[in-house]
Amino acid sequence: MAHFPKPAEGSWTQHYPELGTGPVSYEDSISKEHYELERRAIFARTWQNVGRVEQLPRAGSYFTKELAAAGTSVVVVRGTDGEIRAFHNICRHRGNKLVWNDYPREETSGTCRQFACKYHGWRYDLEGACTFVQQEEEFFDLDKKDYGLAPVQSDVWEGFIFVNPDPKNTLGLAEYLGDMAKELTGYPFGEMTQVYKYRAEVTSNWKLFIDAFAEFYHAPVLHAKQAVADESRKLQSVGFEALAYKLDGPHGMVSSWGGMSPPKDLNMVKPIERVLRSGLFGPWDRPTIDGLDPLPPGVNPARSKAWGVDSFVFFPNFMLLIWAPGWYLTYHYWPTSYNTHIFEGTLYFVPPANATERLRQELAAVTFKEYALQDGNTLEATQMMIESRVVTEFPLNDQEILLRQLHETARVMVAAYQEDPERRPAPLRVTAAS
Amino acid sequence: MIGADDATKDPGMAVFPPEFDDLEPFADWSLRTEAERYAKRLSSTMADLQSLYDAAFPRLEAMTAYLDALDFAALPEDANRLLWLCYSLVNVSFPVEVWRQPRVPDSGAASMDVVLEPAV
Repeated sequence: MAHFPKPAEGSWTQHYPELGTGPVSYEDSISKEHYELERRAIFARTWQNVGRVEQLPRAGSYFTKELAAAGTSVVVVRGTDGEIRAFHNICRHRGNKLVWNDYPREETSGTCRQFACKYHGWRYDLEGACTFVQQEEEFFDLDKKDYGLAPVQSDVWEGFIFVNPDPKNTLGLAEYLGDMAKELTGYPFGEMTQVYKYRAEVTSNWKLFIDAFAEFYHAPVLHAKQAVADESRKLQSVGFEALAYKLDGPHGMVSSWGGMSPPKDLNMVKPIERVLRSGLFGPWDRPTIDGLDPLPPGVNPARSKAWGVDSFVFFPNFMLLIWAPGWYLTYHYWPTSYNTHIFEGTLYFVPPANATERLRQELAAVTFKEYALQDGNTLEATQMMIESRVVTEFPLNDQEILLRQLHETARVMVAAYQEDPERRPAPLRVTAAS
Repeated sequence: MIGADDATKDPGMAVFPPEFDDLEPFADWSLRTEAERYAKRLSSTMADLQSLYDAAFPRLEAMTAYLDALDFAALPEDANRLLWLCYSLVNVSFPVEVWRQPRVPDSGAASMDVVLEPAV
């Protein structure tokens, strides 16, 4: 029985007829060849979020980001003019990685006045210009101004820094992120600067972890033991229905209820949650900052009183979760091969004013890790068996619409690339029935 | 881990504020980072985790009341160590209240590392 209304077509999926309703092939998650195509068709030419402006507080603040699927590493830096720029992390002399610490494959961050290559000492200013060449007179007609760092397109949306590795990209960030992002404008992301960041190496295709976090159909079952017994039985018998889904081009969102912040009945939650007033959905009491009431139109689009969390999937690999009690969470999935990726989960809270608030955030962060560990390990089990190809097509239900969209978008981009590698921008529209 | 600028307590021993000397046997759970707390949880028996929980959980409200009365931006060292003990209590609440085992069930070889956490 439906507890929440669906579109006139009878289902969320049929509201977007391009998606179809048939079983879906997961060949796109187990094929090395397909992954190599995804690297070129998607990761080498699509906007990807690499961090937040708060990571670059002043001129000279920088961080590096490994983009294995795009085949590069970037250094993102705030210039003396205050502008944020991104460069390929490569010295123009003989190709050494420019910014790294101890381990060439690990990311790093810090503050500097200029970048100096460890190998032969070439230097670059914060705007990427080459400023010093060791023994310049030994070179042949070398003009330093021809040897600045190779720029990477970058732009900022609501404090989120994005890069696009494709020098021929013609699609601006705002246009790429579309209406779904525009309707989040004004959410007080910049006030939430208390950060917990987790990282895991996951043995599955990158899309499988997005699958896991883009549907809540699994939650009452996989995470059954995390609720107290009576509550767990009730959750499983009711199952999961979203408040709303919205698909916009390659991006999508699911709006979900969540009775845990605070719960209607305190017996539903663990003893420590009762004492601290916090849990999976975060601290139960909203911080007193501007921008949470009213919320931007894109948050809780159904305007439901039961609303708990909205999960936005910004294609290809960035998820943003906005929780009713006033905090947010990001997920990033960085492919490293067809069946491995690096997962990052980052929690952002308003800085605590006292120990109790700090402990509430700690409980939310610890709870996040307990859940994510279960999710991550299940993915290895899935990857293993779909690689057997014993079964090749899988039925997806209406609550799994974002999975259908994700895999369809990735396949459409690969197909378009195979047809014409020079075509830009790539076709990635999934539109609603009017 | 010597915390005492306070003449009333034994400077060689006390880790926590004197009001919480009943928790001194659990001072080895006063750990600064999540990585240390999580590692200690995984290398402990359920009996260890249960005894920490049984001692600290009934004191949680007293601890937060004590800590909230202080300036959070400038916690004294002994109060800070008490707060770290609270973080360990939060970390072991899952094994004790839910899992009945130190590890997250079905998490196998999966691991997830904290790469950034609040300084205090």
